Amino acid sequence: MSEKQFAGVNVTVDDEGFMIDYTQWNEDIARGLAKEIGIEELNDKHFMVLNFMRKEFKEKGTGPSLRKLKNESGVNTKELYGLFPKGPAKKAALIAGITKPVGCI
Amino acid sequence: MKKLVILGAGTAGTMMVNKMNAVLNRDEWQITIVDQDPTHYYQPGFLFIPFGIYNRNDVLKPKKDFLPANVETVFSKIEMIEPDNNRVHIEGKRILDYDFLIIATGTRIHPEETEGLVGDEWHQSIFDFYTVEGAYNLSRKLKNWEGGRMVLNIAEMPIKCPVAPLEFVFLADWWFTEQGIRDKVEIEYVTPLPGAFTKPRASRLLGDFLTKKNIKLIPEFDIGNVDSEKKIISDYEGREIDYDLLVTIPTNMGDEIIGKSGMGNEFNYVPTDPQTLRSKDFENIFVLGDATDLPSSKAGSVAHFQSDILFENLLDAIDEQPLRAKFDGHANCYIESGFGKGILIDFNYDTEPLPGKFPLPGVGPFSLLEETKMNHYGKMMFRWMYWNLLLRGAELPIGSEMLMAGKRM
Ligand SMILES: Cc1cc2nc3c(=O)[nH]c(=O)nc-3n(C[C@H](O)[C@H](O)[C@H](O)COP(=O)(O)OP(=O)(O)OC[C@H]3O[C@@H](n4cnc5c(N)ncnc54)[C@H](O)[C@@H]3O)c2cc1C
Repeated sequence: MSEKQFAGVNVTVDDEGFMIDYTQWNEDIARGLAKEIGIEELNDKHFMVLNFMRKEFKEKGTGPSLRKLKNESGVNTKELYGLFPKGPAKKAALIAGITKPVGCI
Repeated sequence: MKKLVILGAGTAGTMMVNKMNAVLNRDEWQITIVDQDPTHYYQPGFLFIPFGIYNRNDVLKPKKDFLPANVETVFSKIEMIEPDNNRVHIEGKRILDYDFLIIATGTRIHPEETEGLVGDEWHQSIFDFYTVEGAYNLSRKLKNWEGGRMVLNIAEMPIKCPVAPLEFVFLADWWFTEQGIRDKVEIEYVTPLPGAFTKPRASRLLGDFLTKKNIKLIPEFDIGNVDSEKKIISDYEGREIDYDLLVTIPTNMGDEIIGKSGMGNEFNYVPTDPQTLRSKDFENIFVLGDATDLPSSKAGSVAHFQSDILFENLLDAIDEQPLRAKFDGHANCYIESGFGKGILIDFNYDTEPLPGKFPLPGVGPFSLLEETKMNHYGKMMFRWMYWNLLLRGAELPIGSEMLMAGKRM
């Protein structure tokens, strides 16, 4: 675990960079988190997905699967990869300030 | 009369009907079990069919051999559940009412979910081994195959028996060696996961086995499309992998009646309380085995551990008591690693697989997270245990709760 500062706010993240407390999140923090993983700018589509992630997390206690994102976020899989390269479900969860999705096995 | 209805007479439903039938008073209770298929498949055996270790007859038996005679057995397709009205529609316009319902309709493969997977090349150069036909057709293909690039691809997680694809490539390495053509075969393991497996420690160990066996691991590959003519799979970012022989683990999904009845998540799995195994939405519905949305492995061993918990909790629910038994996510998997050896892993929701001895702490005879001949015998013995003990609801020498004793941190 470590402390990081985004937009003047101290946030605690785990070893993989996921925020511990999702209530600390705001859009500026999201921009900071995105930069950390190489996404330089966030547009409306990004935020549409991020807000969907946060809503799901609030209701279910875990981030959605890629399938659920594709079915319900209003953005198709190809676009999701364009927005969040290399694993949209995981990358979007990180930027949305929620915990890493439970890897089902 | 009160009514208990069980949907699905696979591994989970069969265990459960035997357990409940042994204790419910016959003057008060009527038990009904429904399944569309009169044949019981020993699915763990499918793994061995492509390599001629088992044949079809080794994995099939009539379901009725395992179902109690005094239980009503209906061999029909279930069409819909009406959870608000406590009834189930089955084929032929029949309606079953229930006081308690157990959903055990499992999961199966949906190759049509991946663009280009099903077509002229299905079971010609593209095979699954999660169905008996797929495994059998693959065995015929392998018999005459002269070598080339064999790609194993997992389309999407979660899948049932998440170690089976690893076992498949380990066995393939052994089998091609036996056939004297290992030098003519490239094996690639292409997975959406970041490594060989999900749990970090096991993932590292199993990844090392892949390297040792000269199997190439390609992680974080979410398949988007198959070009079966050019024999190329590609992911959503345009990465391409060509193959001569594609062995696919297609998307796994729960039965469509779950979705149709408005009871499922995006994979048609039923939202289930991870500890009590009761449906999150309906007090008188319990869910068992692969049909749940739980983050535990979808495996027969898991269904077995769950069945002990569900048994206790269903009796509590019938007595209108709070549910006391709690499932911990316990899974126990023998991983066949080829050349007559195996690896054993034991874990639950919170604890990843650790090394040690099993089931007797310090004694064994099985070794956790290690490759031994004894673990292979464990795997082969499992079929006998499955038909003779597990399905009949008998006690196994392994408790439903995971133990830390005998494990090294
Ligand atoms: C290749 C392979 C290897 C495996 N290896 C292992 C292993 O080594 N160890 C291990 O523990 N597990 C293993 N498994 C997993 C194990 O087989 C399953 O987890 C287990 O069978 C789950 O039991 P279940 O009762 O939930 O589902 P199933 O046994 O699949 O039963 C579901 C039943 O529901 C019925 N059904 C579904 N929908 C309907 C409907 N609409 N109408 C009527 N009937 C319906 C089906 O006909 C079926 O009989 C393996 C699986 C595969 C495919």
